[in-house]
Amino acid sequence: MIEVLQHYASDLLYKSGEHLYISMLGLLLAILVAVPIGILITRVPKIANVVVGLASVLQTVPSLALLAIMIPFMGVGKPPAIMAMFIYSLLPILRNTYLGVTGVDPNLIDAAKGMGMTSFQTLIKVELPLGFPVIMAGIRLSAVYVIAWTTLASYIGAGGLGDLIFTGLNNYMPPLIVISTIPITLMALIIDFLLGRLERALTPRVLREVKST
Amino acid sequence: MIEFENVSKVYPGNQVAAKDINMSFERGQFIVFIGTSGSGKTTCMRMINRMIEPTNGRILIDGKDIAKMDAVELRRRIGYVIQQIGLMPHMTIYDNITMVPKLLKWDKDKQRETALRLLERVGMPESYLDRYPSELSGGQQQRIGVIRALAADQNIILMDEPFGALDPITRDSLQTLIKQMQQEMGKTVIFVTHDMDEALSLADRIAILDKGELIQFDTPDNILLNPANKFVEDFLGEDRMNQARSTTQTVDQIMYRYPVTINKNQSTLQALSKMREHRVDSIFVTDDDGVLLGVVDVFDIDQRGRHNEPLTDLMKTCVYVPENTKIRDAIYSIMKLGYRNLPVVDAEYRITGIMTRAAVVESIYNSVWNEEETAEIVVPDVVQTTPTDDSVPPELQQVLEETESQEPAADQVAVTAGGDLK
Repeated sequence: MIEVLQHYASDLLYKSGEHLYISMLGLLLAILVAVPIGILITRVPKIANVVVGLASVLQTVPSLALLAIMIPFMGVGKPPAIMAMFIYSLLPILRNTYLGVTGVDPNLIDAAKGMGMTSFQTLIKVELPLGFPVIMAGIRLSAVYVIAWTTLASYIGAGGLGDLIFTGLNNYMPPLIVISTIPITLMALIIDFLLGRLERALTPRVLREVKST
Repeated sequence: MIEFENVSKVYPGNQVAAKDINMSFERGQFIVFIGTSGSGKTTCMRMINRMIEPTNGRILIDGKDIAKMDAVELRRRIGYVIQQIGLMPHMTIYDNITMVPKLLKWDKDKQRETALRLLERVGMPESYLDRYPSELSGGQQQRIGVIRALAADQNIILMDEPFGALDPITRDSLQTLIKQMQQEMGKTVIFVTHDMDEALSLADRIAILDKGELIQFDTPDNILLNPANKFVEDFLGEDRMNQARSTTQTVDQIMYRYPVTINKNQSTLQALSKMREHRVDSIFVTDDDGVLLGVVDVFDIDQRGRHNEPLTDLMKTCVYVPENTKIRDAIYSIMKLGYRNLPVVDAEYRITGIMTRAAVVESIYNSVWNEEETAEIVVPDVVQTTPTDDSVPPELQQVLEETESQEPAADQVAVTAGGDLK
């Protein structure tokens, strides 16, 4: 095991970097797209179900199949992998943004409007801050999923820790599989932890207490 | 001034929340909209800050149609307090209070000064500014809710059952507070409630709504005394109306209308014979126009008037009340201050009637026994003395005694006076 670790140490580091790059870029794009769409559909309730339904359909496509489908359009390599990860992270973020914003106590929205806030001010000052924990939950969930799924991106030549795992699988090297799986797990835990800290830092003291109960 | 002109609101599904409502009220008044649930009271209130747009008709504030104003700006000029309080849980008390001033981009110092002043006004220390709403009790939260609606110096405040979710003691103190602040600051308050006691104690004028229709819009006293229809009567309840009669009716409604009077130019002996004829122990002296000058009682004649002196020499000044005196004040004078009777005068000081203990008994009888009509009083033989026991129903004797026992001295005077004459 130690031998294998020493042999693959530099590879492990490089592939971890690739892995993080693919998954986080996919996640970031998903946040940039899904949060605004999630907010938008709260303003037009009629299309909300359609949009959330569409994202759900994308979610049901098997991950390997989704990666394969990318090849005719985007070829092989990192871009199609990032695209696939983006599509996968969409739904949890979109749905949680929608639920987070619509889940804000209607009385607070009424009070904000009644006091003379515009729809945009209500969104920025009331709905987003109060829906923030729910939105963050969606992002954290997507982050963990995406880090795990990026492993498969190795199949379409995107690189990442999947390369090492499949090498281990093909050559029957259990130690290699283990030492390349551990960084994935650690990565997921660390990212989730960091996002958790970020969420905490941005949430007022009293709401934190409420949330933990 | 706020005016409703033929305002209607029909919700989808033909649900009528307001039907052709016309009313107007002046600035600085405390207006209460009352009705059962579904009466349209909240709809009417929310149309004032355009949280709901009327289907037909228009609402004018100071002569300007609010439909032509910018809704957001309009709302910033109108305070808004809701039952659920609606404080922002993620903002400190300071940020909550200064919400509208911030929207209006007030200067920071002015915002802080306003927040401190208002917080002090509702009796809360400065340290609360940095707290969050969830760290306050319900009553404290609604105090903040109220001052938040005043922070931008809004002249009109809308309140939608603001104290409905609070316990009775907290509610009482907040009612007192809001009424005081409203009067101090001269705000126009439009207050929605379903609680008649709350409405009666707070309102300058009450609008009673039922199924979207404005049934009656009047002062609390007028509504109590002249309910527009059966619905209003039921809403008020018999107890309140009876109580109102005794407390808001004026003396001219229950006084005896034929006091025994004598012209000042007549002699003492004429006065005495008139007193004997009417079986009274005192007589009111008037001038030629019927203006009350004073009173002569039989003891004075007995001691000093045997030589037929002019009446004006024997006459004593007497306490009188104007016709529009509330009965409860007259009862207070008679029962607590010990006057045997009170002459009632009109605007020109002419004597028009007399309030006696017997009239008080009638009034108490009516409020205790829920008699709808005020009994027409037939002038009895003895009008200016306390009736003897047999003229009062036995069950009322007790009521009378209880009332009188609080002031034994006054009781004695009256009874002696009556007894002497018999």
